[in-house]
Amino acid sequence: MADRKIPAPAVNNESRPFWEAAREGRFLIKRCRACGQAHWYPRLNCPFCFSDQTAWEESPGEGVIYTFSVMHHATSGPYAIGYVTLAEGPAVLTNFVGCDLGALKIGQKVKVRFQETEGGPPVPVFAPA
Amino acid sequence: MSIKGKAYIGGIFEHPIRQATDQSTPQLHAECAKGALADAGLTKDDVDGYFCAGDAPGFGAMSMVDYMGLKVRHMDSTETGGSSYLLHVGHAAQAVAAGKCRIALVTLAGRPRAARPGGGGGRPGGGGFNEAPEAGFEAIYGGTTHNTYAMCAMRHMHEFGTTSEQLAWIKVAASHHAQWNPHAMLREVVTVEDVLASPMIATPLHRMDCCVITDGGGAVIVVAPEVARSLKRPLVKIIGAAEAPKGPAGGKDLDLTYSGAVWSGPAAFAEAGVTPADIKYASIYDSFTITVLMQIEDLGFCKKGEGGRFVADGNLISGVGKLPFNTDGGGLCNNHPANRGGITKVIEAVRQLRGGAHPKVQVASCDLAIAHGTGGSLGVRHGAATVIMERE
Repeated sequence: MADRKIPAPAVNNESRPFWEAAREGRFLIKRCRACGQAHWYPRLNCPFCFSDQTAWEESPGEGVIYTFSVMHHATSGPYAIGYVTLAEGPAVLTNFVGCDLGALKIGQKVKVRFQETEGGPPVPVFAPA
Repeated sequence: MSIKGKAYIGGIFEHPIRQATDQSTPQLHAECAKGALADAGLTKDDVDGYFCAGDAPGFGAMSMVDYMGLKVRHMDSTETGGSSYLLHVGHAAQAVAAGKCRIALVTLAGRPRAARPGGGGGRPGGGGFNEAPEAGFEAIYGGTTHNTYAMCAMRHMHEFGTTSEQLAWIKVAASHHAQWNPHAMLREVVTVEDVLASPMIATPLHRMDCCVITDGGGAVIVVAPEVARSLKRPLVKIIGAAEAPKGPAGGKDLDLTYSGAVWSGPAAFAEAGVTPADIKYASIYDSFTITVLMQIEDLGFCKKGEGGRFVADGNLISGVGKLPFNTDGGGLCNNHPANRGGITKVIEAVRQLRGGAHPKVQVASCDLAIAHGTGGSLGVRHGAATVIMERE
């Protein structure tokens, strides 16, 4: 997994606070003050009620694996992609690292960590909790 | 307003090429257009509506209309990946029904095989993808068509006990059909054991769970009823069409075990006034085996979660099973031009309704067919489109 280099993420005005926090090792999600629901990926306008009263909140980044796939057809060597269902509710697309890829299981508890990218801010990935 | 019976398929053409080393993509579009016009008995000057999607080079419909020397009064470049052309048939039927055009041409072409850099499946080319709102949070994780569709299969197996053997039956059925298609990329009949023994690409999908990568293309001509009756072709009537996008929806209640077919399917069936049990032949988009299994469930051919049992034991093989599918060999064995399979789904369904499929795979008295596809990422961000056609 360490062999697959992660490109720099595209950063824009909507997502900049997330990436600034990521540089400090903090994992942020967005929650809507109007309807109370958390969502992913973070947006200015809530995708549920379309209110612009969305706010960043720090998350411990804990959740369970919803699904995954270990990619073998890759020049960088195998890597795992999957979705994590956060304790706050939203599902997050990510990579799984720091583990035996062959032992990954749906329902497994995982926790966020940050991985360096090629010239950009670090990105959230998940490892077994 | 319903489109039922207000538009017909006047012409079809599937380019026989599978490796287009020396051809350009616009050239392939034009060759497909010529082929479909010849099939219909029309000329390019008869065309007054044009439809294309993201595979068309340049400025969408405008570049292609100019390149081919068309003069149209209606155009549509709606892009939903591989399902675009199914959706275009529906949109063309709407335009014809509304009197916006009488003879609509839909083309697809591309050469990913000749041009491929090697490695993963491609997202549509062109601008904008790095500015997609999700780009910063998704594009970094190495998602390809293989592993994103594989994630659906992994979850489907987890929830419903679906097995790799059951998925393999879909490829086996496609290979049984492809053996009779002289243009098919892969004509060898394979077994469940062959599929399971093929290399793992993205767990749990093996190489033989994946479609071919081919160059080429296809074209379809949608015409008004009076035009259809003037052509010397069997009458294939469009009686229902619907489309539906699905996305990860803010990450709430993420469910990768169903596709947008749960909405487009019932809407198309309702418009057509028929049910899944009435369907004699089904073209089901087969980018991967799991794509077929989920769409069959979502369209209502069986209950959610029972797709594995439904597709097993040859149930999709023409002359053997209850739901003959993809009798050209489909994307799994025949052709997946431009990494987009939607148009070949329409074409083989029309061949079946005309009685013009290969005799070894022709469905007896085939008077009602469905063509359905998914473009984008199955389970998450994609566009589903369904077309139901009837032999008149």
